[in-house]
Amino acid sequence: MLSQYFFILIMSGLAVVLPLAAIVMGHFLGPRRPDEIKNDIYESGVETIGETWVQFRAQYYLIGLVFVVFDVEALFLFPIAVAYQQLEMFAVLATIFFVLLLVIGLMYDWRKGALEWQ
Amino acid sequence: MDTALLFDNAVVLLPELVLAVGVMVLMMVDIGRRGQNGSQLLAGLSVAILLLGIGASVMIWGRAPVEYLDGAISDGFALSVRLVILIAGVLGVLLSRNWFPAIERQGGAFYSLHLLAVIGMMLMGTATNLIVLFIALEIFSLALYILSGFYRENARSIEAAMKYFLLGAFASTFFVYGCALLYGAGGSSKFTQIHETLATGGGNPSLVLPGIALLLVGFGFKVSLVPFHMWTPDVYQGAPTPVTAFMSVGTKAAAFAGFFRLMMTALPSFHDQWAMPLAILAVLTMTVGNLTALRQSSVKRMLAYSGIAHAGNILIALVAGTAAASSAAAFYLFAYAFMNIGAFTVTIALERQYGNENDVEQSRLAGAAERFPVLAAAMAIFMLSLSGIPPLAGFFGKFLVFKAAVEAGWAWLVVIGVLNSAVSAYYYLRIVVAMYFQQPEQAGDEKEQPFVPASRSSVFVVVVSVLAVVVIGLQPGLWADLLRGLGQ
Repeated sequence: MLSQYFFILIMSGLAVVLPLAAIVMGHFLGPRRPDEIKNDIYESGVETIGETWVQFRAQYYLIGLVFVVFDVEALFLFPIAVAYQQLEMFAVLATIFFVLLLVIGLMYDWRKGALEWQ
Repeated sequence: MDTALLFDNAVVLLPELVLAVGVMVLMMVDIGRRGQNGSQLLAGLSVAILLLGIGASVMIWGRAPVEYLDGAISDGFALSVRLVILIAGVLGVLLSRNWFPAIERQGGAFYSLHLLAVIGMMLMGTATNLIVLFIALEIFSLALYILSGFYRENARSIEAAMKYFLLGAFASTFFVYGCALLYGAGGSSKFTQIHETLATGGGNPSLVLPGIALLLVGFGFKVSLVPFHMWTPDVYQGAPTPVTAFMSVGTKAAAFAGFFRLMMTALPSFHDQWAMPLAILAVLTMTVGNLTALRQSSVKRMLAYSGIAHAGNILIALVAGTAAASSAAAFYLFAYAFMNIGAFTVTIALERQYGNENDVEQSRLAGAAERFPVLAAAMAIFMLSLSGIPPLAGFFGKFLVFKAAVEAGWAWLVVIGVLNSAVSAYYYLRIVVAMYFQQPEQAGDEKEQPFVPASRSSVFVVVVSVLAVVVIGLQPGLWADLLRGLGQ
């Protein structure tokens, strides 16, 4: 029992030591020739334009929220689609009810203008 | 799962179902309406839905308790708590009507969230399963976070919503962790099953106490017991007053109902271990609540601290842990609903007189009895009832709780409770004294302001609350028989 945990102890020790060693060795052994481009802020390889701290519109948040709802819906519907042949009537009805609830939510958002970009 | 099982005993959740369908109808009506004037219609519709909910509760009243899908039960205690919450819901909607411009613009969102909060609270009282309990808690908490920030023109309201949300989310994490530990201890999420497993020597009893401790943080936050009460005054003060009125009563009723049922059906065999810590919390809650209320200058903050003190009183019933104590708590919550909502309604009416500031300073109450004799008289009745002076409703609430506690052998706790009631009388009566026996400081300015008539619906709420406080006080036996505790 205890010997099994001993291996975990060794592993966690290694997990700390190895990356530390890589960082420390890189620090001492690596060549360092900084220039302007290398010191610039990294933005997926593209040169940055303007300030890095831009403000986002609050509306991104609203649309993001609607997106998450349908993301989760897709997540739920996928296993149901896979297992559709074996499902009972109860499960099918429950799924329809679930989708119906989300449709009502979408209708509400739509009519309230949450999807219109202002 | 068998489909027939889904409809067996579904009548248990009839009031919740009525309201859930009602919320969807309300949202559809909201997006279907044209122009700005539909908000009155939405308020009317919400009241109608809530009245249907009351009708549904009355329909299943008095039947033998049945359980639905191992998750909800329709016993007398669930129905009693449900009635309290539905009444608070109706009064809350009536108060919100005409209260502030945001409701005119977004009435659909406001009333839907209001009804959703009611559904969550009712579910909390019927839940017999840790999962249902947690979902119920989240339903009403999420709705209340938004409602307390609904007065967006007011910075304090936004602050209240933010504080409530951050601290509430934190408390929910404790709560769900506690649920997980209890599940680990009892091997089931069903309350009675947990009790059975632990009482027969099975399960993992060492996890019970850590589980209770974590759950206590969650429940303690919701009912504002003392080490977890910091949010209460800020949120009560910042939230729109009609929302404060509704949530001060509804949250307390719901969270205490869940707390009572969990402790008394899942963990009665551990009563010896949890009773003493809860008794200490009750003493702390009553004392800190009352002593801090003495120093408040805002009426809403004073009522918030008074709410904390009342939570301590109700906790005494849980410490006693008998069936009689739980029915006493149901009676207490019933009486508290009317007197507290009544007090907030008078506060709303006074806010209108003093310029819609979402709060009233106690110093402005000086001489109010002369200018607003009816409001002052109503406020005096609510204050006397809150301080527990016979023969008003609040007295019998306290009396029944204390009586049950003495019978269960907690006399020292009751002594501290009675002493605290004496302290509380000071700050309740201070308001009465200010209204009746003090002169306004700058009489000139005050007199110039024209009288703003209170809205008809808030007049109705005041009248109903005064009548209820007096009638419950004169005929306590009738209501004590009606409202049931656990296992009765």
